[in-house]
Amino acid sequence: MKLRLLALVLVVVTGLAAAVYALNHLDERPPQASLLAPTPALIARGAYLARAGNCIGCHTARGGAAYAGGRAIPTPFGSVFASNLTPDAATGLGSWNADEFWAALHNGRGKGGRLLTPAFPYTNYAQVTRADADALFAYLQSLPAVPQANTPHELRFPYNTQAALAVWRALYFRPAEFKPEPKRSAAWNRGAYLTQGLGHCNACHAPRNSLGAIPGPNDFSGAMLAGSGWYAPSLHDPAEAGVMDWRPQAVQQWLKTGSNAHASALGPMSEVVLGSTQHLGSADLAAMTEYLQALPRRTAVTPDAGRPELRLREQGRALYTEHCASCHGDNGEGAGGGAYPPLAGNRVVTMGNPANLLAIIQRGGFAPATAGNPRPFGMPPFAGVLSDTELAALASHLRNAWGNQAADVRPVDVVQLKAQRID
Amino acid sequence: MSIQFLLALALVSATAQAAPAFEDSIAQRAQACTACHGKEGRAAADGYYPRLAGKPQGYLYKQLLNFRDGRRHYGLMSDLVEPLSDAYLNELAGYFASLQLPYPPPQAPSLPPAALERGRQLVMQGDAARKLPACVQCHGQQLTGVQPFMPGLLSLPRDYLNGQLGAWRSGQRRAVAPDCMAHIARQLREDEINAISQWLASQALPAAPKPATSLAAPLPMECGGLQ
Repeated sequence: MKLRLLALVLVVVTGLAAAVYALNHLDERPPQASLLAPTPALIARGAYLARAGNCIGCHTARGGAAYAGGRAIPTPFGSVFASNLTPDAATGLGSWNADEFWAALHNGRGKGGRLLTPAFPYTNYAQVTRADADALFAYLQSLPAVPQANTPHELRFPYNTQAALAVWRALYFRPAEFKPEPKRSAAWNRGAYLTQGLGHCNACHAPRNSLGAIPGPNDFSGAMLAGSGWYAPSLHDPAEAGVMDWRPQAVQQWLKTGSNAHASALGPMSEVVLGSTQHLGSADLAAMTEYLQALPRRTAVTPDAGRPELRLREQGRALYTEHCASCHGDNGEGAGGGAYPPLAGNRVVTMGNPANLLAIIQRGGFAPATAGNPRPFGMPPFAGVLSDTELAALASHLRNAWGNQAADVRPVDVVQLKAQRID
Repeated sequence: MSIQFLLALALVSATAQAAPAFEDSIAQRAQACTACHGKEGRAAADGYYPRLAGKPQGYLYKQLLNFRDGRRHYGLMSDLVEPLSDAYLNELAGYFASLQLPYPPPQAPSLPPAALERGRQLVMQGDAARKLPACVQCHGQQLTGVQPFMPGLLSLPRDYLNGQLGAWRSGQRRAVAPDCMAHIARQLREDEINAISQWLASQALPAAPKPATSLAAPLPMECGGLQ
């Protein structure tokens, strides 16, 4: 009897291990020694695609050599350090070939078969075509080689094991190349390819489950960014960052310059505009715009407003007059044609999650200095000026003045959001 | 005239009055900086915000790059300048360099005269035995700085001076290598840093407090931050 049970357990365990193994080797073949002729045209195309993917954003440390890695990416499981992509033989991709690079992008597998962490968004990059992967590889191989050893990840057990990554992949990853939707226009399909694939927009804009997996390539319903205190708003909801109701030109202007009459990019998104979208050609911007504007409308879940905090709002009104009105106007009407944005009817002010409103008040910020907006206006930080209660009061006032209607922000919300930030 | 029209008129004029003054200028853009740095700098609970007005443009520009590229560390400053270009940062630096604002009065020292004299010696003569150059060799005979990269050392609060020398000693503040100020600060003892800060903060400014146009003699050591 006992022997039978043991045999059964053995069969189940072996079966699961075999399933995990099989699911980890879908759409794979051993990398071949492939020869890629790096023509100037191919390298130029790769350079453009590297912009579309903003590879430099993660793979460059602050003030460090471009593409040489070393930047820490905070995750709920510990920090992942981006690797050296320059063609240094010992520390970078110098000893890789195009087949091995394709396996990294398409299968999340590094040289020698090592499983990569999904902080490297191969779940998005799996959609990239082989031709585009080859162009990217040709570009990266054309960079100056920078000898800079990779920093080992600082992930907690068991997330730091290859076995955990194998199970994660068996659960959440299937290598699937982008499949065009024949019923949609060519521009929509190009936009979907860029947004879901190289652009990896929903690496930030999609919620992650307890194991860090996103629901799928076309979910952009918004999420807090690990370790930053910023919220990547929903692209499905016009009350957050959905652009369905903007004119197409306004969407393109925003992606190209980081700013338009409606809004400016601040926080982590300014990095995306700077490193990526401002460099895209007008056809690709139009394609992304068509795709983003056609996303299904979904209203984000807003928290229950609770009892109105009238005394808090009153305190906030006085703070507004003292600190904010000289730029944003007595009635939250803004000034300078978007330089100081209107706060009345501003969705960053009123969206359900107040993280970005609080982040902007505390940390201030400039819109990104792009070719289309080289001398952006900025807002000073008030972190050293306003207490947690005052921040809550000011935010509650802003969310309920001049026709705005949103849940009050309580001091405990401010404390909780501050605690999420790793400095 | 109808009541509605009068009401509308009142509303329009109220809105017109409320519209904030705005001009498309570099001064307007710099307001994102002056809320903290004020006219002459400002101390706050989270640290000291130094004066920017009248410092050499090259110095201010290098500091903005140092914050953006991670050689100086203050989260709010780094985040603010992160999305800005070299050209724009240099323009902002030039704006603050061009401002001529009155300086605050010197701070009365709290050290005994002998300790203060040690501070004066280090500033004016350095310490040849330890190969420590004098402050005046690089920061100008009048200590008002030298164009385009050397900041003046007078009229800075001693908390700020102590903070900066301490940050250099600990590696918290850096410049492009070879980092001459780090090399110097690491050889100074804490009591010497305090004596230097006390003496500098207690000095009155000369009648013409502008940075000197050029160095009197070649620099005593190589500094990477000056290119």
